[in-house]
Amino acid sequence: MTAAAAAEPAEDLAPPLVHAVNVTKSFHHVEVLKGIDLDVDRGQVVCLLGPSGSGKTTFLRCINQLETIDGGRIWVDGDLMGYADRDGKLYRLKNKQIAAQRRDIGMVFQRFNLFPHKTALQNIIEAPTQVRGESKKSARERAMKLLDRVGLADRCNAYPAQLSGGQQQRIAIARALAMQPKLMLFDEPTSALDPELVGEVLAVMRELALEGMTMIVVTHEMSFARDVADTVVFMDAGVVVESGPPKEVLGNPQHSRTKTFLTRLRSEHEHP
Amino acid sequence: MSTDTETRPAASAADRPGAIDAVPVRHPGRWVAIAVIAVLVAMLVHLLVTNKAFDWHFVFQAMNQQPVIKGFLKGTLLVTVLSMIVGVVGGVILAVMRLSDNPILSGAAWVFTWFFRSVPRYLLLFTMGTLGVLFPQGISFGVPFDYKIIDWLGMSGDWRFLNLDANQVFTGLVAGVIGLGLSEAAYMAEIARAGILSVVKGQAEAAQALGMSSGKVMRRVVLPQAMRVIVPPTGNETIAMLKDTSLLLAVPVIGELFYQLQSIGSTYYKTFPIAVAATLYYLAATSVLMIGQYFLERHFGRGFGNKAPRAARPAGAGGA
Repeated sequence: MTAAAAAEPAEDLAPPLVHAVNVTKSFHHVEVLKGIDLDVDRGQVVCLLGPSGSGKTTFLRCINQLETIDGGRIWVDGDLMGYADRDGKLYRLKNKQIAAQRRDIGMVFQRFNLFPHKTALQNIIEAPTQVRGESKKSARERAMKLLDRVGLADRCNAYPAQLSGGQQQRIAIARALAMQPKLMLFDEPTSALDPELVGEVLAVMRELALEGMTMIVVTHEMSFARDVADTVVFMDAGVVVESGPPKEVLGNPQHSRTKTFLTRLRSEHEHP
Repeated sequence: MSTDTETRPAASAADRPGAIDAVPVRHPGRWVAIAVIAVLVAMLVHLLVTNKAFDWHFVFQAMNQQPVIKGFLKGTLLVTVLSMIVGVVGGVILAVMRLSDNPILSGAAWVFTWFFRSVPRYLLLFTMGTLGVLFPQGISFGVPFDYKIIDWLGMSGDWRFLNLDANQVFTGLVAGVIGLGLSEAAYMAEIARAGILSVVKGQAEAAQALGMSSGKVMRRVVLPQAMRVIVPPTGNETIAMLKDTSLLLAVPVIGELFYQLQSIGSTYYKTFPIAVAATLYYLAATSVLMIGQYFLERHFGRGFGNKAPRAARPAGAGGA
């Protein structure tokens, strides 16, 4: 049914960092994911595109277990997410073990979700000190470097409410990076931003991609997908409609649903 | 602004409107209200100063009695503090239980809240004072039905580890604190639950995504934010508790402010000045509590609503 719905992909020499097979998920008897397959290699940037309600955000949240999946399997760096597989029998992991699996996966949310009762710096050092048990001093030093990297070292003592949306999102990226993740998930990171603030967040993400971070990005920013993504995956109604290099999927879409979506998106951009 | 005048030489300085000097809106209604209130205040002061029934000398004398001061410190203030500690800790635990996925935990929390909200405090305190009757041989902690099981197994002895004399436990201030604390926990459970529910879901998700355990998510992220919503009604509850300590008489506890003042009043046949004395004590204590609440609210309100004026710097200043 789907272009990417191959059976078990052949084993490569370097296994993919993210390996998802036939992932299904329903909310109240509505099937929002109908068998998603996705492989993401190390250092790759994958953009998930598609109309709202296509299941792309849900799939992203399944990867780090914010949603539990009903069927299929997701491996991240060889670890089966959410379950232990002992001789073919699956055992649900305890909350603590799931929390441990999430430590190496950074996530950036549409609405930033910074902790409002903590300053920018405190937001960033929270997880390294509380989860990894890093000393406050070393966490603070690394946090200042990260703040410098996202261009906000001078705002380290500001509370989120005192920052613009773009600044908050850059802090949120720094907060996720502080855990030194091997995979970064972005859930529409620029959708809640004023248009003039989108650029500063995308710039940080571009830099991150150049440094070789593995990223899965749900986005409506076509220019970002075209310039940065190695693979673009177009989803609609819970299935992967087509996927491939951005030039092919965006420049020469094969499927009518992809064509309709891209045309609509372009006309919206021309007449906002 | 100076650049504007340079680029627009046509508008000379004289044409440009300066500071506004307008006639403010008049509020005649306010003057009427001030007059009415001034008259009422004058009447009140007149009453307080000239009416012999107040007997201020006796009021202050009564307030200065040793048993009254002791009753205020121990029976009123100390019991308020201890009961609120039991109530707040118990309430937060009950709220977390109530919101748990585990139906047994959430059901147990619901039943607790249902029971202790249903029983009037006066009746509850009265019952606490009589609970000793349930345990004539003292309260023992151990295996339930132990005598029956031991009999059935043909053994002897008991399986009890800790024995307390019930008549000593359920008496005086301890019974009062247990009764008021349990009742308070039921109310605090609802307040804490409202506070926890007021924290948007994204906060817990962000903390989970960082790899925090559910306990850490609650302690480090959700509860500190919930406190902003929990503190104001808890201030209400503390002030209500302060006044409810006068119900301790039901236990019975007599080492408490209102009872001590009343007994002085009935000895000297001066009941009204006693009511004034008690009012002054409760007013003073409530004022102190309200100051404490102000500082608590300021602490837990940090990061919320105190939006500093946004610095005028280019939007893409950082790396963009």
